[in-house]
Amino acid sequence: MSFQLAVFYAFALILVFAALRVITARNPVHASLFLVLAFVTAAGLWMLLEAEFLAITLVLVYVGAVMVLFLFVVMMLDINIDRIREGYWEYLVPALVVAGTMLAEMTLLLVGRSLRLEGMPAPAAKAETYSNTKELGRLIYTQYVYAFEIASVILLVAIVAAIALTMRRRKDSKYQDPARQVVVRRADRVRIVAMKSDKPAAPAAPASEQAAP
Amino acid sequence: MESFSNFFGPTWPLVWTLAKIVAIVLPIMGCVAYLTLAERKVIGFMQVRLGPNRVTFFGIRWLGGLAQPIADALKLLTKEIIIPSGANKVLFLMAPVLSLMPALAAWAVIPFDPELVLANVDAGLLYVMAITSMGVYGVIIAGWASNSKYAFLGCLRSAAQIVSYEIAMGFALVGVLMMSHSLNLVDIVKQQQGGLGALSWNFIPLFPMFIVYLISGVAETNRAPFDVAEGESEIVAGFHVEYSGMAFAVFFLAEYANMILVSTLTAVMFLGGWLSPVPFLPDGFPWLVAKVGFVLFLFLWFRATFPRYRYDQIMRLGWKVFIPVTLVWLMVIGGWMQTPYWPWK
Repeated sequence: MSFQLAVFYAFALILVFAALRVITARNPVHASLFLVLAFVTAAGLWMLLEAEFLAITLVLVYVGAVMVLFLFVVMMLDINIDRIREGYWEYLVPALVVAGTMLAEMTLLLVGRSLRLEGMPAPAAKAETYSNTKELGRLIYTQYVYAFEIASVILLVAIVAAIALTMRRRKDSKYQDPARQVVVRRADRVRIVAMKSDKPAAPAAPASEQAAP
Repeated sequence: MESFSNFFGPTWPLVWTLAKIVAIVLPIMGCVAYLTLAERKVIGFMQVRLGPNRVTFFGIRWLGGLAQPIADALKLLTKEIIIPSGANKVLFLMAPVLSLMPALAAWAVIPFDPELVLANVDAGLLYVMAITSMGVYGVIIAGWASNSKYAFLGCLRSAAQIVSYEIAMGFALVGVLMMSHSLNLVDIVKQQQGGLGALSWNFIPLFPMFIVYLISGVAETNRAPFDVAEGESEIVAGFHVEYSGMAFAVFFLAEYANMILVSTLTAVMFLGGWLSPVPFLPDGFPWLVAKVGFVLFLFLWFRATFPRYRYDQIMRLGWKVFIPVTLVWLMVIGGWMQTPYWPWK
């Protein structure tokens, strides 16, 4: 067994274990942390395929940003664990059907007679100077430029829609306008009043102190 | 060297890499220790007081203060690590490790010299961004696992802040990428080698991005004036309020290691790495040390100068100022590079 194969099996085991724990962990925070582990391990598998751009982007985007926000929300929610577990067995059957269908489809692709995996030619070894990132960038901005741009516009619309749907302007919210704050001059805020100082009368003897025992 | 490699046999590459990792991590730890002393001395000087000046080596008086970091470390090592009842024990102990790990792992691709780099990988810049983005997990997990309201508030603030500033930081690095046509950190430094010394470094054409990156770096490391995650005055010490002893010290190590990392990245991306600022002096590692030292001094200077930002001010600065500035400058740089009037070929 070559070193790479050993690494692949180690990563695959960790990935399957982490994915299983995502759905079986009782605590939602633990489940999301196992999801992080699954992402990192999947990135490791992609790295083994020499897809370094995809692997690192997976970590950067999903682990570094998406899962942080996910944890943020999960931690803030007041989740009743028992209530979540209630429907577990009910959902298990449809989930097994979906998983079984996916497994069957993949099996068909990998071992089916017409789509045999062995029939595919092995990818040629890449030269030392081959840059996965540069190659991907070139394809995205030349050959697939329309697909790429349309996908990004759809995402942008989705972002705007998500904000527009959830934003509500509260009438009583207070905010500051920094532009107005910096142009403020002393005269706008403080009015200096000239007052004549007057002599206070001689202080009376502190009666209260003497009265105190 | 030959006899060593024979002695270890097939495990030699592993041993050799481990030796190189130790050769990088140990000096960093030393730098972290003395950065804490430098911080106290520099801020003391700015506030017209002496700073630590008592603990010395072997009773030599004029070394006063120099042994302070070692004394601090010994004190923290001997203290008890208290685990709060109701805390999630495994995650509570894992959090400091998770915050120190990215701060050290990112050093693998930092070039100290044209040859001196542990892993000269092609996607070095992406690797650094991915690894440093994982640093926030230590803070979040610490805040949640402590089972304390102050710690939890600190971790939520930190999560929101780091995610916001990472975007501006990423855009600033896109500018560097456009200048160098490469994700490799060695190539990024080599591209800044013009005939003009300091004038051909990236910080001149990318000046707004340099400023954005520097300030985002301060925010990413949770340093003053962006230290709302710790916010002593309102949430005691934020995410690490429940930590004591060495577990607390590891958080501290991570914060300072991150400071050194961000300073080194700033020096490599914008200030020409190991390149000499004047053409008649040779390039070399000492220049990198000088640049990193300068950026670190800025960090300490900021802390001594600025009051802490309010949370909404931090969010406004990140989303409404830095991200538009970097986007506009990306357009400017992109357009300018297409014209014949681009001086940094």
